[in-house]
Amino acid sequence: MDPLIELLQNNSRRTPAEMARLVGISEAEVNARVAAAEADGTILGYSAVVDRLKAGHRGVTALIEVRITPERDGGFDRLARRISKFDQVRECFLMSGGYDLAVIVEGKDLLDVANFVAEKLSTLGGVLSTATRFQLKAYKQGGFLVNAEGDEERLPVSP
Amino acid sequence: MDYDSKLSTIIRDLPRSGIRDFFELVIGRSDVISLGVGEPDKPTPWPIREAAIRSLEKGMTSYTSNLGLESLRVAISEYVTKHFRITYDPKTEILVTVGVSEALDIAFRAVLNPGDEVIYHEPCYVSYSPSIKMAHGVPVVVQTREENEFALMAADVEKAITPRTKVIAMNFPTNPTGGIMPHEELEKIAALAVKHDLLVFTDEIYSELLYDGRQHKSIVEFPGMRERTVLLHGFSKAFAMTGWRLGYACAPAPLREAMMKIHQYCMLCAPIMSQVAGLEALKMGETAYEDMRQSYEQRRNLIVSRLNGMGLHCFNPGGAFYVFPDIRSTGLTSKEFAIQLLQRKSVAVVPGSAFSGAGEGFVRCCYATAPELIAKAMDLMEEFVNEVRK
Repeated sequence: MDPLIELLQNNSRRTPAEMARLVGISEAEVNARVAAAEADGTILGYSAVVDRLKAGHRGVTALIEVRITPERDGGFDRLARRISKFDQVRECFLMSGGYDLAVIVEGKDLLDVANFVAEKLSTLGGVLSTATRFQLKAYKQGGFLVNAEGDEERLPVSP
Repeated sequence: MDYDSKLSTIIRDLPRSGIRDFFELVIGRSDVISLGVGEPDKPTPWPIREAAIRSLEKGMTSYTSNLGLESLRVAISEYVTKHFRITYDPKTEILVTVGVSEALDIAFRAVLNPGDEVIYHEPCYVSYSPSIKMAHGVPVVVQTREENEFALMAADVEKAITPRTKVIAMNFPTNPTGGIMPHEELEKIAALAVKHDLLVFTDEIYSELLYDGRQHKSIVEFPGMRERTVLLHGFSKAFAMTGWRLGYACAPAPLREAMMKIHQYCMLCAPIMSQVAGLEALKMGETAYEDMRQSYEQRRNLIVSRLNGMGLHCFNPGGAFYVFPDIRSTGLTSKEFAIQLLQRKSVAVVPGSAFSGAGEGFVRCCYATAPELIAKAMDLMEEFVNEVRK
């Protein structure tokens, strides 16, 4: 992977000047390459990874396993894209194994998610079945440990 | 009691490590950004820690063979074959030690008679000269210079060879300079060792941490070298396992056997949980350190560019995780520079003089630290340098 993209993926708040020094290229080149990656959709967006409980969020998150019928010409793509367009859907992946789509859905409470599944998801043509699993507690998200204990300190000077 | 008269004269006359003195100044201060460490900033990769935890759960708390676990020696043999293109027999040519420090100590003790000379290079890690003296040998210093990016020049080595020379000890990439060896110099030094029938101890502890697409080459790979080389390596730097104290020596059977005799009486064996962890580290191989290596390379780019930008000349080191900028333009000695920088800006670097006289005029900055902290430390150092120059 482009080391610039990797840097941004680990910490999108780095300044162009800092990235330029880390990778050993000019700041102008950093700006150009990031702009190109944004334009061609390599970079989909920027966001902060938030411990939602700490942030006061009281909503619910569910993983919904969805089985769908592939279509003659589009396979799973057309239906998967339709499902992804709902605002409640945070993530959507085609999976190998016992079901087809893993759909991560957020709602303000259980009923909200239940309504989305019953009224929106299950009623789509091509959706064969759904199994909804609610998230109880987060331990790691987006590559970050939640409520991580700090690492032990190193000696400030060592040989 | 006159304790001085009770002490061994060798130990009494041994200086304390300059690092130790500096450590006393820094310890207890919580506000310091430290570029003074000699180890990775991340803890040991989790799968390695997890393997050690599992071994404790299983009750693996006993001694091992003096040589180390056979499974670990087999894994070391495979790893060394892959990385150094030289194969050692796990049964007769490999010894698991308590870090490279122990391996170096017992290697000197195994071969030196009183008065035998050991050629080594400075600036270097703090233990070389003391280890040679503690083995009743005579340290013979060859200085490496910034104009050669702190590589060891074969011509300088040749001048230092006498009829009493027994060993050439080397460590590249080097702590504290980050210097590496050009292959042609390595080849010439190998030829000197063969010509004068010398042993070579090569401390390879930073050999995985090379940048700019370089491939490591060890002196042991050159013709005639395997029979006269003791290859010393460990897990501390690449696998971020400094506190586990685990290393190894690979050497022809008679040398390994001599080292083993000392090891069995003074150490017995390396701690078993560390050995189990080391085995897991070798199973992971470069997946355990490649990400870290890449991030070190970026941090090196950052710190070298900042140091040169503030007018402290700093060559671009090819390995390890240290830079060794020249601070003479500030008019300060390296100790004054480090102490004043600590007192005025709360940034800790290590004076080059802690790594021998040859390090005077330089300071060692370790860049195994988060880029944000490096950037902050460089801002503060730049302020300091500008204030001093006024």
